[in-house]
Amino acid sequence: MADAKFLKFDTLSLHAGQRPDPATGARAVPIYQSTSYVFDDTDHAASLFNLERPGHIYSRISNPTVAVLEERLAALDGGVGAVCTASGQAALTLAIMTLMDAGGHIVASSSIYGGSRNLLAYTLPRFGITTTFVSPRDLDGFRAAIRPETRLLFGEVLGNPGLEVLDIPGLSVIAHDSGLPLMVDATFVTPYLCKPLSVGADLVMHSCTKWLAGHGVAIGGVVIDGGTFDWEASGKFPTLTEPYAGYHGIDFAEEYGPAAFIMRARAEGLRDFGACMSPMNAFQILQGVETLPLRMKGHIHNTRKVLGFLESEAYAENGSVAWVTHPELPDHPDHRLRAQLLPHGAGSIISFGIKGGREAGRRFIEKLALFSHLANVGDAKSLVIHPASTTHAQLDAEALAAAGVGEDMIRLSIGLEDCDDLIDDLRQALRAATKA
Amino acid sequence: MDLTVNGQTVYAHTGGRPFDPARPAIVLIHGAGMDHTVWSLQSRYLAHHGRSVLAVDLPGHGRSAGAPLPSIEELADWVVALLDAAGVAKVALAGHSMGALVALETAARHGDRIESLALLGVAETMPVHPDLLAAAALNDPSAIELVVGWGHGPCGHVGGAAAPGLSLVPGGRRLMQRARPGVLGVDLGACNAYGRGGAAAAAVSCPALFLLGGVDRMTPAKSGKALAAKVSGSEVVLLSGIGHMVMTEAPNATTDAFSARFAAR
Repeated sequence: MADAKFLKFDTLSLHAGQRPDPATGARAVPIYQSTSYVFDDTDHAASLFNLERPGHIYSRISNPTVAVLEERLAALDGGVGAVCTASGQAALTLAIMTLMDAGGHIVASSSIYGGSRNLLAYTLPRFGITTTFVSPRDLDGFRAAIRPETRLLFGEVLGNPGLEVLDIPGLSVIAHDSGLPLMVDATFVTPYLCKPLSVGADLVMHSCTKWLAGHGVAIGGVVIDGGTFDWEASGKFPTLTEPYAGYHGIDFAEEYGPAAFIMRARAEGLRDFGACMSPMNAFQILQGVETLPLRMKGHIHNTRKVLGFLESEAYAENGSVAWVTHPELPDHPDHRLRAQLLPHGAGSIISFGIKGGREAGRRFIEKLALFSHLANVGDAKSLVIHPASTTHAQLDAEALAAAGVGEDMIRLSIGLEDCDDLIDDLRQALRAATKA
Repeated sequence: MDLTVNGQTVYAHTGGRPFDPARPAIVLIHGAGMDHTVWSLQSRYLAHHGRSVLAVDLPGHGRSAGAPLPSIEELADWVVALLDAAGVAKVALAGHSMGALVALETAARHGDRIESLALLGVAETMPVHPDLLAAAALNDPSAIELVVGWGHGPCGHVGGAAAPGLSLVPGGRRLMQRARPGVLGVDLGACNAYGRGGAAAAAVSCPALFLLGGVDRMTPAKSGKALAAKVSGSEVVLLSGIGHMVMTEAPNATTDAFSARFAAR
């Protein structure tokens, strides 16, 4: 019989989650800049509040524009549902708050975004949730760090800023052996390069601010539920498997099956913690998602060209660069894992060490003309930062070392400019920085 | 709630309110390889609008014990055993796809126990392609892909779901992946073998609602209409642009149709 037909990635990027607006026929996703929605009658209102009917009540909990982005991102990652949040940090917080209470414990990769590390290491312990950090390459360490009160394993597909490739299938086995879910931050790769849910992760999150949006004009985050984890069999997640007094005694696993997590994340997490995405931001991020496949191809193309320059000219010929790290380089420790998990490209972040250490790094950044020095990644414009003095500045020397951050490390986020212009800019800045 | 039916534990979701046999009851029957969660919205709505609800997990499905039953006729008799276990004499019966065949056959065989019918995504026969039957029998993942791919209409594939943030195709896939090995194969075999649809329709004496997807590729609307024509006094609601997964692709239209016929204050 004929194979089943499913819409492909490029098509979903443009269409998923939206049908032309029934009221106006608008083809673009309208910006529903409204706090609230008129009920048909009192019975309709009661039905919405009691989860008897789907629909919108108040834009903190759901909004029609945001819902299009949520459904589109869920479709692109292959998840059963998604909740968009005010930022990537809010997405991580929402997931944790949905899964555990005070006393909960997380085992996380030590090579993660500095903001995520701050949340896990310093802020959440104030609320009774602690984290053990383990090198992303130390799978035995992950297994050993799991305790009876552990509720989540967490890592980033590509470590930040070390660019370690997370062994998602291996970690997934370790998590599931202990009745725990694995959540993966896939911000650096987007679903175009890697769908963590398809290789063993149970939850995936993104900072939409980065490559998903691509334009650098909107902050946002998303958590996506793969619907794969069996919360009832685990027995460790009463928020999902026991009656919830805050919603008429609803048992989310009983009621929604594979969508239990994402329904609770919205019904409780957005309702009570309130870190929702604005409709304007959702609209702006949607404009980016529409061109995600095209942009990611461009990011990967330019990244490979810049890698070629750094490896052949800057490192081998004139020695202005001490080392270069990217998972696509043959000497990267995770090169083989990269080929398995990221066959179409390993993102557009490059880390390298400049000869001359911190002072040369400072001069290099100041000499760059096209690369923008700022605390962001994943913009269409190329970016540069010195992690030890910015994104990871809160870390002490030991934590810096554990996160793989050296004082000479420069992190590039390769954009979509003509790659010859990017290489020219890097060449002149390296020459100026190392000549002195 | 858990019930004991034919000596086995059976789970039925009651829509967020305790089951009360003194109130008019409705039984909701899911399709092949699925479970009670396909009715989550309608279950809650009806339970809070005057009905006692049993959104059942058929034997071997979801939270119910035992093995899946191999024929529609056996499932129909099982439904009556369920009613006995729940202590209700007469119920409304709603079913989707395979569940619709079960509801139809139950109404034909045990008309004195059925007050009214709602049949979603239904046709007189549901022949299953041999390749799909074989794949399902082998627990080949391609069987689920075929059912999910063909089962959803444009609303499922493109999206624009009524429930904010939910993606129907991945959701349907995950739901079927949760079924125990062999269940989908037995269910599809039961659908494929059932040949009494026309005779059962002619024997139905209660009001019957047919809720049909306008672009249903598994049980095309014209087949559903032909079956409806064999039920005296039946009513057809045709949902434009909707595929086979009627209650998840068009949850509000489904609830509206149920509300008009089943809700009571």
